[in-house]
Amino acid sequence: MTVHHLTSRDFKAKSTAALEDAVLQGNLVKLKDNFLARRTKAKESLPEFEDLRDASVVIKKHTIAHLDFYLEAFEAAVTASGGRVHWARDDTEARAIVLDICKQENAKTVTKGKTMVGEEIGINPFLEAHGMTPIETDLGEYIIQLAKEPPSHIIAPAIHKNRQQVAALFNEHHPHLEHRGDDDVDGMLADARTVLREQFLKADVGITGANFLIAETGQTVIVTNEGNGDLTQLLPRVHIALAGIEKVVPTLEDTMTIMRVLARSATGQEMSSYTTFSAGGRRKGDLDGPEAFHVVLLDNGRSKLLGSPTEDILRCIRCGCCLNACPVYGKIGGHAYGSTYSGPVGAVLTPSLAGLSEAHHLPNASSLCGRCEEVCPMRIPIPKMLRHFREEEVASGKAPATARRGIALWAWFASRPGLYRAMTSLGTDMLSRFGRKRGRFSSLPMAGAWTATRDLASPQGSSFQSQWAKRSKS
Amino acid sequence: MSEARNAILARVKGGVARSDDDAARRAVAERLAGHTRGLQPKRIDLDQEALVDLFAENAQAVDATVSFINSAADLPEAIADYLRSRNMPALAAIAPHPDLDGIDWSAGTMEVHRRAPEANDRIGINRCFAAVAETGTLVMASGPDSPTTMNFLPETHIAVVAASEITGSYEDMWDRLRSANRGSGEALPRTVNMITGTSRTGDIEQTLQTGVHGPKALHIVVVKEG
Repeated sequence: MTVHHLTSRDFKAKSTAALEDAVLQGNLVKLKDNFLARRTKAKESLPEFEDLRDASVVIKKHTIAHLDFYLEAFEAAVTASGGRVHWARDDTEARAIVLDICKQENAKTVTKGKTMVGEEIGINPFLEAHGMTPIETDLGEYIIQLAKEPPSHIIAPAIHKNRQQVAALFNEHHPHLEHRGDDDVDGMLADARTVLREQFLKADVGITGANFLIAETGQTVIVTNEGNGDLTQLLPRVHIALAGIEKVVPTLEDTMTIMRVLARSATGQEMSSYTTFSAGGRRKGDLDGPEAFHVVLLDNGRSKLLGSPTEDILRCIRCGCCLNACPVYGKIGGHAYGSTYSGPVGAVLTPSLAGLSEAHHLPNASSLCGRCEEVCPMRIPIPKMLRHFREEEVASGKAPATARRGIALWAWFASRPGLYRAMTSLGTDMLSRFGRKRGRFSSLPMAGAWTATRDLASPQGSSFQSQWAKRSKS
Repeated sequence: MSEARNAILARVKGGVARSDDDAARRAVAERLAGHTRGLQPKRIDLDQEALVDLFAENAQAVDATVSFINSAADLPEAIADYLRSRNMPALAAIAPHPDLDGIDWSAGTMEVHRRAPEANDRIGINRCFAAVAETGTLVMASGPDSPTTMNFLPETHIAVVAASEITGSYEDMWDRLRSANRGSGEALPRTVNMITGTSRTGDIEQTLQTGVHGPKALHIVVVKEG
């Protein structure tokens, strides 16, 4: 079974479609007023926020530099508390491990908390193909599971849907429940609670992700707001936590430092509603909890990033903040990226893990404005990495011919200053003369792709170089 | 899958640039044993009384309600009052915790069932291990006297914490939990839940809604003495 969850081959067509999707555009506009504005507020009410970001970077850098030792320590601690660690080199191995555990349990219903690694390895269709019923229990994930779509945001998977679409999906899939009007959001919530509560109670295995793996204690940590992750891991006989190998941190103290920037960066909350630390299975005298506890550690290309120009992306804690800040994500949404990971982090992770040939559009779909790095709690230099991929693309000769010819032409002029100045002043002069009256162009020869969706401002006054020359003289 | 394990660890070892393996191993062992704290926010530089106030303020800011009582004997009445104000029946599942056992629940005309919650229980009462003032966070430690499902299954969660158990930071709480667990044979409880407010979601049009899977209401009773 081949899975293509880390690929972005249809980026151009999908981003064009996204721009024409009125619902998506409406929802994306709200990102700034919601997540991003709340992040700013949370940051302002914690004076230590910037220092905590620095401290978090130091913790993750130290961990990544000693990743092998911390993974070994984590495994030992999980085993000591009665759990079991499984290692998966790639998605195929990870799926096989999960299937094996589910088969041993004779599992029929498998509930799921939100897990991006689960998306990355394509666990749902795989379990379905083996006769099991995976049920997403995070409200956003449940909505998109009904719609048979992948998540379009790391922490808000159904951000592309409006309430009318959710009502339609619920009415179609919950025929036994009351019909919900478009604005009956409370009713939809009640339905999700009713339907999913039944699934929680009958599930045989529960699968969650993990925000952190703590080497000191062997705990896996999930950070959620709904409580679905907890019911997922508490009620079935078996809990499986899926995590990338980069999720390990040394101690509880280190975890709490990073925790102080995680929710604030993600949703602007000081703390998410539920932060849960799990170690092993049910103990003597316990009245509830899973009997068995498994952790699946996934590599899937991560280890080869160590020592590479994109090593720093391993610091990512999947808060989704760079998506909220990105002007490109803000126009095209998550599905356009094709890959499980969208936005700025996806534009680095996808080519890093799967190779540039799978995602060569992504590093180019950026103005390198730097907002992602500015807001990233882990201060990951995403623009630098995007530039690295652009250089790699040019060096390998795989850049599109028009781009290569255009840059070559520009370089030819740029290395002849006299000619370059003459050409640019001529261009500026012409544009400013023809555009003076309106101040902008709504169409221009050879610039149709630009002017089709926006105007080009006409230059005001003379070029930078001629102004510079004039000022230097005086 | 030890083959996969060894292959991954070998690749990781090859990827981390390191000149002195032994020194690195020592550094890791020291860090794991050291429990070195990071930066602690200034907002918690307060005496215990002010920490209790900060806890209540932060918990209320995330839609929890908080009431104060002078002693554990006042619990039945305080909880019955709360339930009455919400038009809810005085019928609850209660964690089999020794601190909750010696109380005369009939004093508040409460009917309590001492067990893990069942699917249809609307109200659950349990005992916190601690609470953290920094963000108004409750800390629940799993064990025979504290079923974790009590935090999630009932629609209304009523949690009891002593004022003296409220710490400034998460790190203060972890230190207390580590020493409380010493001698139990396990380093820490199976599950530790940090709870900050009620269950919520923004998954429909980024509009905040409470009570999607977990409790719709969280009521915290702070016991001032004992």
